[in-house]
Amino acid sequence: MSMNKKLVDMINQIARNTAIQGDERAIAATADHVRKFWDPRMRAGLMAHLADGGAGLDDIARAASMKLAASNAPEVHNAD
Amino acid sequence: MLIKETDYGTPASVSKELVTLTIDGSEVTVPAGTSIMRAAMEAGTEIPKLCASDMLESFGSCRMCLVEIEGRNGTPASCTTPVSPGLVVKTQTQRVKDIRRGVMELYISDHPLDCLTCAANGDCELQDMAGAVGLRDVRYGYDGANHVFDTQANLPNTNFLSKDTSNPYFTYDPSKCIVCNRCVRACEEVQGTFALTITGRGFDSRVSAGMSESFLASECVSCGACVQACPTATLSENSLIETGQPEHSKVTTCAYCGVGCAFKAEMRGEEVVRMVPYKDGKANRGHSCVKGRFAYGYATHKERILKPMVRESINDPWRETTWDEAIGRVASEFKRIQNQYGKGSVGGITSSRCTNEDVFLVQKLIRQGFGVNNVDTCARVCHSPTGYGLKTTFGESAGTQDFDSVEHSDVILVIGANPTDGHPVFGSRMKKRLRQGARLIVVDPRRIDLVKSPHVSADYHLALKPGTNVAIMTSMAHVILSEGLENTDFIKSRCDVAAFEEWRAFVMRDRNSPEAMEAYTGVPADEVRAAARLFATGGNGAIYYGLGVTEHSQGSTTVMALANLAMATGNIGRPGVGVNPLRGQNNVQGSCDMGSFPHELPGYRHISDVATRTLFEADWNCTLNPEPGLRIPNMLDAAVEGSFRALYIQGEDILQSDPDTHHVASGLAAMECVVIQDLFLNETANYAHVFLPGSTFLEKDGTFTNAERRIQPVRKVMSPINGYGDWEITQLIAREVGLDWNYQTPIEIMDEIARLTPTFTGVTYDKLERLGSIQWPCNEEHPEGFPVMHVENFTRGLGLFMMTDYIPTDERTGPRFPLILTTGRILSQYNVGAQTRRTDNVVWHEEDRLEIHPHDAEQRGVNDGDWVTVRSRSGETALRALLTDRVAPGVVYTTFHHPMTQANVVTTDHSDWATNCPEYKVTAVQVSPSNGPTDYQEEYSDFAEKSRRIVAVDAAE
Repeated sequence: MSMNKKLVDMINQIARNTAIQGDERAIAATADHVRKFWDPRMRAGLMAHLADGGAGLDDIARAASMKLAASNAPEVHNAD
Repeated sequence: MLIKETDYGTPASVSKELVTLTIDGSEVTVPAGTSIMRAAMEAGTEIPKLCASDMLESFGSCRMCLVEIEGRNGTPASCTTPVSPGLVVKTQTQRVKDIRRGVMELYISDHPLDCLTCAANGDCELQDMAGAVGLRDVRYGYDGANHVFDTQANLPNTNFLSKDTSNPYFTYDPSKCIVCNRCVRACEEVQGTFALTITGRGFDSRVSAGMSESFLASECVSCGACVQACPTATLSENSLIETGQPEHSKVTTCAYCGVGCAFKAEMRGEEVVRMVPYKDGKANRGHSCVKGRFAYGYATHKERILKPMVRESINDPWRETTWDEAIGRVASEFKRIQNQYGKGSVGGITSSRCTNEDVFLVQKLIRQGFGVNNVDTCARVCHSPTGYGLKTTFGESAGTQDFDSVEHSDVILVIGANPTDGHPVFGSRMKKRLRQGARLIVVDPRRIDLVKSPHVSADYHLALKPGTNVAIMTSMAHVILSEGLENTDFIKSRCDVAAFEEWRAFVMRDRNSPEAMEAYTGVPADEVRAAARLFATGGNGAIYYGLGVTEHSQGSTTVMALANLAMATGNIGRPGVGVNPLRGQNNVQGSCDMGSFPHELPGYRHISDVATRTLFEADWNCTLNPEPGLRIPNMLDAAVEGSFRALYIQGEDILQSDPDTHHVASGLAAMECVVIQDLFLNETANYAHVFLPGSTFLEKDGTFTNAERRIQPVRKVMSPINGYGDWEITQLIAREVGLDWNYQTPIEIMDEIARLTPTFTGVTYDKLERLGSIQWPCNEEHPEGFPVMHVENFTRGLGLFMMTDYIPTDERTGPRFPLILTTGRILSQYNVGAQTRRTDNVVWHEEDRLEIHPHDAEQRGVNDGDWVTVRSRSGETALRALLTDRVAPGVVYTTFHHPMTQANVVTTDHSDWATNCPEYKVTAVQVSPSNGPTDYQEEYSDFAEKSRRIVAVDAAE
């Protein structure tokens, strides 16, 4: 399984498990989860995938990814 | 010096009422219900006894403990006579002296006088009592009927029974039995197996395992309780028979499961004579299981690696080398790889089998030395959802109770755990409470022993389909709320009410009713309703759970569902209740506490928290990386993808234990430097470049923290035969990469842990020495630890109800993969089996079998014992079938203790949404008849053998 496919599956799964809280909170919770638990290179991979169109991302996951991209969280650098 | 606990003869009374009486002229005050024997012992007078032990209820058969009581007739047994106010007791009168001596004469008339060559010589209660009563003569001789000699007057003696040596660890010698019943009672009362009985009557009375079977063939689980209870040499450890009596002992902590039993390592020099459970151990209260009690021989097994080894490529044989070269290689390779591939290309895995001090240093090395947070531990694959779920709802990543708590439980809910196999000593304590009348709800796809075993049976067994825990727990909550059975006072005063109201609205939806969920769970709604009512109304309700909860795609959600259930029913914050994870490995709680997760510093504080980071940075004189690191599965993904290249693994065997073996193997194969620190060339070492020989728990000082948050000492009883304790090896690496570490002993490491971790502030080795053990949090507020958490408030303040939406796993059954495979453990083996497979425990479990329901087996033409292949979307493996109705139709089950089974070739890379804890418990498979191992198993076996080649180097090197 490609790295991107895996990252997409992972964030979709987080999104599905937070969806019950309603879109707004689910998006925030998903973004926060990724921010807290994903290594920078995983987040960078997600950002790159999003920039490429983000194929496969569910709605909440996509919105969360966009929120992450917009938050300009401490710079995400590859493998460092 | 040998440590000897005082035996008070009968168990302590829990009564609050005090009674004063006079024993031998002195006034004694004890709780009501105490026996005269115990009262005397508490006052310092030991009344002779043979059938009594404070581990067992009084029995009154040996007639040695007789006393006289003023104003009463006869000579009552002091063990069965409770104290009452104003009694005047004499423990030594001419009358009782004569009786005791006469009784002893009868005992000895049917007992061999081979004391000099007897294994119990020096530790025999019969010998002691003969001395205590002044036995000088045996008038009866041996000429009459006896059990002692195999022939009598040149004729075979039909009363004689020869030794039973069927159990690999102990011998039953019937000729030495005095029929005190202590072994039988220990098996019943302490272990709860009921394997032993006394057959016959009068002179024919004999201890019998099962229906006069050998010990091995009987139901005996080899816990050792009978051996420990035996006052003579009738039941003796084989190691004692072979070696002789120990001369000193140290109290230490078992290195197997998360129960954390305290043992006395009884030694002769540096040789372990035997491991005896320590009665003052608060986790086990003097009990043990076959692993901790007997299976320590791996420490000196011939396959243990004692010299460091290196090799250029994983296709080369290993080359033995010096510590200098091996450590130098680790340091230079990690530096080279970081230079070449970036800082984040290296990481470490801490061991949940190692001490807190060992673990603390590994994560410190990774963070301080390599400047990354790529550190993880095996909890990733077992209880990471516990950490996440309990932290979210309660505010603390740990179980809420101590093990003693179960003695106060009225309803016990066991979900996804098999305590009698996985956590046997706690299982025995739970069974004891169940025999006293506590009610039991088991939620498990498989009929575990607790569902029906001697004198224990579950009120409800909700045999759900694997993967539907959330559905069933939420529907139990639905019943409780819809029938008004919740504890409103608790919810209002202790929990976040807004979150509760939101949760209530969610739970009350029709789709969460047991009737609606039945389609997913397969459990009749009526049973769910009845079980929910029992849990909510039956008194103190306690939840115990294991990996059957966590190892799912919704593992964290289920943990939160359990927390919801406990809060909704007010079952938090006092003895007898709580949410209790039964943790897998001996120190998995500790390894999590010690900052083994890539997003957390020790004490569960997020790496992004500036204040915490500053504290560590000041102490460690470094700058910490503020970003979370890679978790184990992410490390493997990153390795395959190319950004992760070096891994230091302390005491874990991820190739065998982690899911989707092919994926783990390709990740490991992609790395340029894999360093294994372990006792044996484990499976992961097939892909390693440096091997650092590790030490066992017998060879180092330190601490383990068990499932109750109990920090317990591990004490060195022999020099490490590999040369160094594990913490010393990590320190060697640290110094080689330029860190100024100078720990002389683990005491200094614990001081550092205490300095940097709020829940450990008050922990010192001195205090551990004084108290025996400490349950964290241990700080100014709780200087001696804290047995039951969340008493007044939750750690997070108000308890937080979380909505637990059931989302079926992506792992689906279908025409190609119609069965669900789930995995688990067996009593005699431990985890990947690296230790237990190198002991005589293999007599109980030579191979992993696939449990399959006879109906599914018949459809496939599979007979009991046949080889079958198990195929999933990930891979296939072969093993032999075991037909049983323990599993429901549609479900198959196996253990994963043997590497050749390759159970994890079949498991998938699905994982918990929150923590990436793998979904071991649900894999869609097909089972079909086969002729033997798969090609892959054969190839792997060849590969493993090849990668274990070692080229010895001359000593002159």
